[in-house]
Amino acid sequence: MLEVSHLHKQFGDLTAINDISFKLVPGEILGFLGPNGAGKSTTMKVITGFLAPSSGKVSVWGCDVAADPLGAQEHMGYLPEGAPLYEEMTPRTFLSFIADVRGINGEDRAERIGTVVQTMSLASVLDQRIETLSKGFKRRVGLAQAILHDPDVLILDEPTDGLDPVQKHHVREMIRGLSKDKIVIISTHILEEVTAVCSRAIIIAAGTVLADCTPDELEARSRYHLATKIQFVGEAQLAAHRGVLTALPGVAGSEVAASTAELTLFPSDESGSSQRVAQETVDYLRDYGADFTGVFQERGRLDEVFREVTGLQSGN
Amino acid sequence: MNGVLVILKRELQSYFATPLAYVFIFIFLVLSGVFTFYLGNFFEREQADLTPFFSFHPWLYLFLIPAISMRLWSEERKTGTIELLMTLPVTRLDAVLGKFLAAWSFAGLALVLTFPLWITVNYLGDPDNGVIFASYLGSFLMAGGFLAIGSCMSALTRSQVIAFIGCGIVCLLFVLAGFQMITGLLRDWLPLFLVDTVASLSFLMHFSAVSRGVVGLADFVYFLSMIGIWLAATVVVLEMKQAD
Repeated sequence: MLEVSHLHKQFGDLTAINDISFKLVPGEILGFLGPNGAGKSTTMKVITGFLAPSSGKVSVWGCDVAADPLGAQEHMGYLPEGAPLYEEMTPRTFLSFIADVRGINGEDRAERIGTVVQTMSLASVLDQRIETLSKGFKRRVGLAQAILHDPDVLILDEPTDGLDPVQKHHVREMIRGLSKDKIVIISTHILEEVTAVCSRAIIIAAGTVLADCTPDELEARSRYHLATKIQFVGEAQLAAHRGVLTALPGVAGSEVAASTAELTLFPSDESGSSQRVAQETVDYLRDYGADFTGVFQERGRLDEVFREVTGLQSGN
Repeated sequence: MNGVLVILKRELQSYFATPLAYVFIFIFLVLSGVFTFYLGNFFEREQADLTPFFSFHPWLYLFLIPAISMRLWSEERKTGTIELLMTLPVTRLDAVLGKFLAAWSFAGLALVLTFPLWITVNYLGDPDNGVIFASYLGSFLMAGGFLAIGSCMSALTRSQVIAFIGCGIVCLLFVLAGFQMITGLLRDWLPLFLVDTVASLSFLMHFSAVSRGVVGLADFVYFLSMIGIWLAATVVVLEMKQAD
């Protein structure tokens, strides 16, 4: 259990966090979304006990972070923003230091270090100074450090930043592969990451929670959610069929991308209309022998929702 | 306690992972040699003791100790590793003690490596080894005091240069407080008991007492409480930065 209640953080005149509350239960993977400077990192710093909140409370696995920071920190693994590391050490000495601090001894120790080295594919650089490693390797050393003690709560500030697509995939697999009794919080501004790994998404901007729901619900907020998209062969085809398609029953609006010969039909709010629009579209295209390469039903565009949700806040 | 030892070990490892440690020890040995033989007229005095060696220590420490202590916390803050350290299950006090003890043992090592001087003086004459031992002890305690001040200065800033200068200045004040020129000056302005209070806060006064071979309880208490107070101040500074 991780509970954040009415968190405020003030830096001088700047309000970094303004009344943030949420509760996570084991098995939840929370994606923390927000524009730069929204307060994502600050919130994570407060949860992990690095910063003290101006007011409010954080409790991790039953430990109040303010009253019993050590107890809470034993349950947490944390990858700070930018993955800071002791650069003069090697991954081997660094992980062994973390194991010492975490009190991992005996047989357990070699096994845990071996496991994280394997998970993060660090074997080839174990004895190289961290300062000489590439950004991707450094990030992975940071992640290895965070998961070394198999923590109940894993807090990762932009874990895939600076990784190549293959490494990103690995890290997401790793997060998804964590057993179901753990809590994970990741901050990111990569929206696909949220749909890829998270079971819940919180969007914050200017220190305030603007949305708190599942990634599916977030997608459902999109204008494009369940819209029908037709990919025509050439602009002429688009022009020929556009008129009829936009007048189909259940269509509330449309969008044309002339250059790519795409037509998007937005269903009305009536229940079942999205299904109906899709069906009618397919029937029409078939009956009239339209030249097209595909008909899709969109899931919704997170980037659009993100812009809309955060745009409201800053008033632009 | 485990936390202190783990931090101590990591810090010492990182001293010797860079050339910094070796450069420092080299400079310390060269300078203490120069001070002893040239400025201290070690041979011309024709006395079998190490007074010329030890009497320069407060001045030597004034710029060598800040060079060790400046990185204690500033570097962690600059590179962001402080966020890692402070979110590991280690108390602030453990981290402060571990780092301080690492720096202190490093300074102790540099001091021990001056043993050829001790051998030389024993070869040339018949010195009072008790006094020499007391002087080493006093010098070591004084290094601890300087380092504790440096630890606090380093916790205040992310700039190592500022930490260096800050430590140098505060240490200078504590050395000068007992300098005769200063106490003489103060005597014209302040009542005697205040002058004595200021002088009794001085590194110089306590160090010279110990290095004469007079190891009094008061000097011990002085150095250890200097260390304790400045380390406590370091913990407080770190706590304030957490709430910043």
